[in-house]
Amino acid sequence: MPPIVVLLAALALWQAVHMTSGSADVPAPALTVLRLWQMLGASRFWSDVGASCLAFIAALLISLAAGIGAGIVLGLHQPSEAAVAPLLSNFYAIPKVTLYPIVLGIFGLGMAPKVAFGVMHALVPITLLTARAIAQLRPVYLRAAKVMRLNLATTVRTIVLPAILPELLGAIRIGASLSLLGVLIGEMFAAKQGLGFAAMRAMGLGDTTAIAAIGLFLVLFAVAINTALLTIERKTRRGITAP
Amino acid sequence: MHFLLVAILIAVLQGLCVAGFIAPSTLPAPSQMLVDLYRVLGTADIWPSIALSFGDILLSAALAIVGGFCAGVLLHRAPFLRRGVEPFLASYYAVPTFIFYPVLVVLLGAGRAPIIAISVALAIVAMMSATLTGLDRLPPVLRKTARILRLSPLQTALRVQLPAITPDLFTGMKLAFSYAFIGVIASEFILSGNGIGYAIAYAYNNFDNTTMYGLIVFIVIVASAVNAALDALDRRLQSRRQR
Repeated sequence: MPPIVVLLAALALWQAVHMTSGSADVPAPALTVLRLWQMLGASRFWSDVGASCLAFIAALLISLAAGIGAGIVLGLHQPSEAAVAPLLSNFYAIPKVTLYPIVLGIFGLGMAPKVAFGVMHALVPITLLTARAIAQLRPVYLRAAKVMRLNLATTVRTIVLPAILPELLGAIRIGASLSLLGVLIGEMFAAKQGLGFAAMRAMGLGDTTAIAAIGLFLVLFAVAINTALLTIERKTRRGITAP
Repeated sequence: MHFLLVAILIAVLQGLCVAGFIAPSTLPAPSQMLVDLYRVLGTADIWPSIALSFGDILLSAALAIVGGFCAGVLLHRAPFLRRGVEPFLASYYAVPTFIFYPVLVVLLGAGRAPIIAISVALAIVAMMSATLTGLDRLPPVLRKTARILRLSPLQTALRVQLPAITPDLFTGMKLAFSYAFIGVIASEFILSGNGIGYAIAYAYNNFDNTTMYGLIVFIVIVASAVNAALDALDRRLQSRRQR
């Protein structure tokens, strides 16, 4: 109930800003929704969505494979984690967009630099969250693995990964939002396709309604992914803590 | 230890560049980047851009910290509002807020206003969440003690509650600063007519590698130094709490 009230209040505020600012500047909420509906019927919009989605999925998969792998290594070997973690968290605080020219220099134009940039955003948090989850594992789990003389691969597969499943899902959720952000920022700077590019193109035309419609689409997309993963995450957490 | 690791990484990169494994057109050697940095900082016309960017960063961070703190206190006091807002907070950082930067440019003009607005929007929620976390964690015994000592509500807030939540507030301030830094530099980079971010994008478009790499190194060094300093302070405050 309260969330609906807040949502309605936000919509009313949006409408009020629209009415006070002159109709051309801030598009009305209803008009934005209508515009989005029209866009959903256009093939050009879907080719932009496709380009962004492809880069996003590629970036997320690469970040997950590399980040969880690196996180397992660091989590199981504390001295390396202590050495590397501060560097990684420092990298996280750098405005990575300034490194984008270097990414473009290495990967050229097209799909590759966008994917690389998405990975640059998501890789570090996934690594750190995985490593921390393993570091906070109850020691008895790893001792049990030792007693059963499991080799490393079996330990990771049958003990470590199932034990950190909720944290892992959290890492996937954060990685998804960050790789989406990275891909979109990449598209806003140097691209000929994708939703980030479409927003910049609309801005060049002074078409605020189109930018707002693209923004609305991305908000719905991001919130849907986040809410789905959050729900799964909470369910697993409850499943693990239940007696 | 961390410095040693960074030094080794830079040395390896230098070696790869000098040996010709990495072409100068892809990535210049670190030594060359330092020369670029020295040259860029030697030109007089870059300093106004640097001053402008840091002015915007400090202003955005200050607005986000004050606004986020007030919003956090307000939400803590108003449970209905809080229950309404919290589901949206969970998805806030999943949304690529940055896509709305073009809307703000159309709305507020191409000056400093849209840059500060998007940076505050990025930073304020981190501060708000930190304030809420701090207030939630406040042990009830503190409030009872304040009542026994017959402190007025204002005295309780200033002398008991505020010092008690300082570590959490500082974590929020650190995050808010980092988001403001990223927000300002990234908006300047994507679309603006001034500041360090713009200077990097401009140099990229004009193949001015000296300025581009010099400024990239400058940003990386400043962001790392600020982050390391804030981290050290943060850790000191956190350890004080555990005593």
